[in-house]
Amino acid sequence: MLEINNLHVKLEDEDKQILKGVTLKIGAGEVHAIMGPNGSGKSTLSYVLSGRDGYAVTEGSASLEGEDLLAMEPEVRAAHGLFLAFQYPVEIPGVGNMTFLRTALNAQRKTRGEPEVSAGDFLKLVREKAKALHIDADMLKRPVNVGFSGGEKKRNEILQMAMLEPKMCILDETDSGLDVDAMKLVSEGVNALRSEGRSFLVITHYQRLLDHIKPDVVHIMAAGRIIKTGGPELALEVEHNGYAEILAAHKLTEVQ
Amino acid sequence: MSAVSPKAAALALRLAELTLPAGLAAARAAAQARLAAAGLPAKRDEYWRYTDPASLTASDAPLADLFDAAEEVPLFANINRLKLVFVDGHFDAAVSDDLTLSGVEISRLADVPAGHWSENAYGTLEAAGQTPILRPLAALNSAYATDGLLIHVTARASKPISVIYLRKSEASDAILHHFIKLDPGAELTLLENGPAASRLNMVLEVDAGDGARFHHIRAQGLDHDRRTVSHIFARLGAKSLFKSFTLTANGILTRNEAVIEFTGDHAQAHIAGAAMGDGAFHHDDTIFITHGAEACESRQVFKKVLKHGAVGVFQGKILVKQGAQKTDGYQISQALLLDDDSQFLAKPELEIYADDVKCSHGSTSGAIDETALFYLRSRGVPKRAAQSLLILAFLADTIAEIEDEAIAEDIRARLESWLQGHED
Repeated sequence: MLEINNLHVKLEDEDKQILKGVTLKIGAGEVHAIMGPNGSGKSTLSYVLSGRDGYAVTEGSASLEGEDLLAMEPEVRAAHGLFLAFQYPVEIPGVGNMTFLRTALNAQRKTRGEPEVSAGDFLKLVREKAKALHIDADMLKRPVNVGFSGGEKKRNEILQMAMLEPKMCILDETDSGLDVDAMKLVSEGVNALRSEGRSFLVITHYQRLLDHIKPDVVHIMAAGRIIKTGGPELALEVEHNGYAEILAAHKLTEVQ
Repeated sequence: MSAVSPKAAALALRLAELTLPAGLAAARAAAQARLAAAGLPAKRDEYWRYTDPASLTASDAPLADLFDAAEEVPLFANINRLKLVFVDGHFDAAVSDDLTLSGVEISRLADVPAGHWSENAYGTLEAAGQTPILRPLAALNSAYATDGLLIHVTARASKPISVIYLRKSEASDAILHHFIKLDPGAELTLLENGPAASRLNMVLEVDAGDGARFHHIRAQGLDHDRRTVSHIFARLGAKSLFKSFTLTANGILTRNEAVIEFTGDHAQAHIAGAAMGDGAFHHDDTIFITHGAEACESRQVFKKVLKHGAVGVFQGKILVKQGAQKTDGYQISQALLLDDDSQFLAKPELEIYADDVKCSHGSTSGAIDETALFYLRSRGVPKRAAQSLLILAFLADTIAEIEDEAIAEDIRARLESWLQGHED
């Protein structure tokens, strides 16, 4: 599904290398988690994969189902099935949540050469998906994320994911700012979307989220590289011992 | 030594090109006197600091290339309305509906009969609006206006009056003046759209009696080369409602003034404007709201989207007179600058002589929000469409001031079509 090879990324405006050779392969239907201390490059990886400005790829490649991801505009990546659930979902005053969802869905369909979803079908679909995430009619009517609580914003991200039905979902610290109940709700939303044809990359600091969204593979990222890969037990190891031990084994310290 | 000042000389030149129309002789003479005392405005006048009035005051209207109106999305097409058409500033009866509407009496300024009610009304609100700031182009209009509508609303109008202004000449120089008198409790919606003339000087006087309601939705036309100076003068009685929205897309020069005075308690005035300029575009909103009564609410919402060197100006004032307690005044002016060449100049002013009032104002200018743009693109919305969506979102507060949803939808469609045509 997603294949990243020796990816090197620096900030566009600064001579600062963030990713220093990331290699990662996620098969169809797999759930991978990336854990790592602050500043290890986890969020940068998610932004570079989704096409945000401000980063320069200096070496390496990333492909989605064999197609060069890095050559595509962000909207084309989305139409190809890539989805990033933002760590900080953006507020867009003046754009209603419904309008936003429908515009996005139909834009992706148009790019893929599929017919638009009618207003009636869309409404039915969005109501059904929203209900499962405890998103009420008022939240759908309000401007995108404006005045939403932290939990509401994250639930709204998962609603978008459910509506757009991407193949490759990246969750960037989706657990940040969530209380226990909200995390459970969001995780249930994610788990409901798990399927053979859909893969996930879950970026998180804490093992807690991975109790709810059970990964197949766990990677530890530090100083712009993946330094260790293992099964779910690796997340537990981090939870018990912290990152220090693993970092020390790679002659790294917390602050780079 | 010559005693003729430059202002008087400029006025003499301008007047040489004008003839005094028949009818309303006393009102026109009074307006002539106001004009003579004021002279014509010039760039050095404080009130014209950000907008050069030279092409508005010149003897002849600068030539303006014709614009194919077929490029415009038709406005108000599905709204049941009384259609009145002016071509280059002249009423065209052949393509207009009859001047009959239940709850309304309509006359034409061009053939006003002797003894008409307007003899005691025409120009009076414009005259009152000359204090504390002179508005000479409005006085010129009252004196020399050749056509317009004199509308007396006695009840709730059965449908909106829709005035359509077509331009078919490259050199038309129109002076139009409407007077709308709303009896207590009466209600009217006035729709205006189209460029009207190569150069247009327009005055709209609105005298709203107690409890009257007036809705005004205006679209000034996509026409690139037109020039416009417009003045709205409104006097609002107790518990009356005044709502005015203007959409301006292109036009080389536009100065829209609104002078609104509350004379009765508990009245409301909302005035909003959405302007979009691409290239040679100078758009000036100049607003003066006087709270002369208690517990009135005024709201000014002006937004401009500017690119390729377009210039936006906002001068907005709220004057709260002594005794106008419980005033609620609000003013916001914002510009979205789509490149580094465009400019927004804002001068918000509050002058308050009462102690129990709530007044706020704000003014901002900025670029499109890159984070929001990326968020939309990451969801699959192409860049241009995402930009258009954000621009519409930016302007949404102004359209929200239109109460009628069908009319608001028409304005939104016009905005969308403009955005589609100006994506580069």
